[in-house]
Amino acid sequence: MREMIVSELTQAWHEMARGFAHYLPRLIVMLILAFVGWVIAYVVKVILRSILQFMKFDKLSENAGASQLLNKAALPAATEMLSRFVFWVTWLGFILLGVSVLGILGLQEQIARFFLFLPRLFVAMFILFFGLLAASFFSRAVLLAAVNANMPSPRILGLAVRSIIIVFVLSIVFEELGLAEQTMLVAFGIAFGALMLGLAIAFGIGGRDLAKHFLEEKFVREKKDENADELSPL
Amino acid sequence: MSGTELNLEDETFLSDDFLRQLINVGEVDILVGLPTHNNAKTVGPIVHTIRSGILGGFPRERAVIINADGGSRDGTPELVTGISIDDMRPASNLNTLRTLHSISTTYVRSTGSGVALRTILAAAELLRAKACIVMSPESAKIEPEWIANLLRPIYRDGFDLVSPTYRRHKFDGLLMTNLVYPMIRALYGARIREAYMPEFGFSNRLGNQFLGQNGWRDGNGGPGVELRFTLAAIRGGYRICQVFLGEKEHIERRATDLVPTLRETVGTLFAAMDSDFPIWSTVVGSKPVPTIGSEQELLLNSTRVNRKRLREMFSTGVVELESVFRLILSSSTLAELQRIARLGEEEFHYSAELWVRTVYEFAASYQKSVISRDHIIQALAPLFRGRAYTFLAENRNGSATDVENNIEGLCLEFERLKPYLVQMWKSRE
Repeated sequence: MREMIVSELTQAWHEMARGFAHYLPRLIVMLILAFVGWVIAYVVKVILRSILQFMKFDKLSENAGASQLLNKAALPAATEMLSRFVFWVTWLGFILLGVSVLGILGLQEQIARFFLFLPRLFVAMFILFFGLLAASFFSRAVLLAAVNANMPSPRILGLAVRSIIIVFVLSIVFEELGLAEQTMLVAFGIAFGALMLGLAIAFGIGGRDLAKHFLEEKFVREKKDENADELSPL
Repeated sequence: MSGTELNLEDETFLSDDFLRQLINVGEVDILVGLPTHNNAKTVGPIVHTIRSGILGGFPRERAVIINADGGSRDGTPELVTGISIDDMRPASNLNTLRTLHSISTTYVRSTGSGVALRTILAAAELLRAKACIVMSPESAKIEPEWIANLLRPIYRDGFDLVSPTYRRHKFDGLLMTNLVYPMIRALYGARIREAYMPEFGFSNRLGNQFLGQNGWRDGNGGPGVELRFTLAAIRGGYRICQVFLGEKEHIERRATDLVPTLRETVGTLFAAMDSDFPIWSTVVGSKPVPTIGSEQELLLNSTRVNRKRLREMFSTGVVELESVFRLILSSSTLAELQRIARLGEEEFHYSAELWVRTVYEFAASYQKSVISRDHIIQALAPLFRGRAYTFLAENRNGSATDVENNIEGLCLEFERLKPYLVQMWKSRE
């Protein structure tokens, strides 16, 4: 009896040792990959940060309105934020590569899905950034044009343009990420429809003067010329 | 390449037909350039006047009128080329010993109004014209003497650029008197009243240099090219003079035209400051340029101006564009603008110092492209209206001397605060 117990224990120990010996090199490979990944991710982060600083990315981000969003959320500047994001994505990629070396069956598929998701994540971020930039540019253009045309409520016009573009951009971003596509589609439809309806009502009822002014500007030029009494700037 | 040869790029943008006509003309002494676009209402009398001016002042010289037309649909080119020299003789009792040619060529207007000047410069180079002038097709009234007055300093006295001065209403050309003239004077040290010239004369030396060096394909061939031409003359150390022409009556610009005008003038000036920094940063003070006739004559008759609207548009602009101004102006300048925007009509005063600081901060922000450069120029429009309001209020009952003193005071303020601009320019580099 005693011998049987010892034999079983010895066998279990040997199997555990064999199993450990089997996994140890893989574990070491994983740790090496994680370490090398950290070094590479850090170098990439430093290089990217320098490039972004050279490109004055923070200024671009400020123009896009992204900096204001980051400030409100108590997050670092856009350059630092993007550098850190790339660092973590790179390092995480290496860690997952290392984990896949361990050969754990369930994880392999998840890791493959993660790597397939990465390009979509980058495209979504690209769309988001340039979408915010476009929203900022066009809303400012509308604001300036409205102020110089002496139209009432220029800021509301600018804000409306910004909101429309941002809603549109967010719907594209979520679609690209594949997150709650159906929900986003319905939400976008409702939000966009509500915005358009709101604008139509505002323009039709609340903004009668604005509409009148706009139409006069557009079609009753001669009348305006008669009333123009500003001196020639040249 | 010799000085009288056109490079390939300059040759190829001229049409074959136009080149053929130029070859038929041969060399000329005098070239009159007339850029047009749907100017049938005014161009006829202008061509008559040009011809009278040449016949009266330069009967022995070989002369040509070059019309660069931007695709008029009202028969403008036909009007230019259709007026015969014989139409002039019975009326004016003038005789010429030479044939006076009129050539018209059409360019695609979408490529920019600078194409017209480029065409005229290229034609002047090909025809080896000794003296050239460009006449505005929009002038409501010009005199034959204007032609001789613009040509003579170049043809006889060896000047390279002749800039005009006019008899104008004291409140006419507010952008010129409150920004363009004082700023160019402070930056480049040359007191040129009309740097953005509707009419001007130039030598072949200056014309050829500008034709060869202006980056026509780098966006420098668009609106405001006349101002770039003046700045090139100053920068190149060419001999510049001013000549008094007479009363300027032009087609009135509407309030809505302010932004395009700012783009053509202030936008061009701000853009030029970028590459000219080594030149203007070292200039201290300013010097008058030789002037033939009066430097400026002011008319004091009453005129209808909606000052209330100017102030309202200023105040609305300051409130509504706060987010834009935060990116362009310093906090102290913006705070001061916000303060005066709240004042009533009687207390409102946009001081010369504040105006100069505003303009300089706009220029520095333009250089750094803190936002779209076009947006920066557009944002200046409401502030200019505020300054115009103060200028009108200050000089409402002022004599010509008072107005001149006011403009001179503003010019000196621009010169005094120039170190502030240089400091901002350097600190932002």
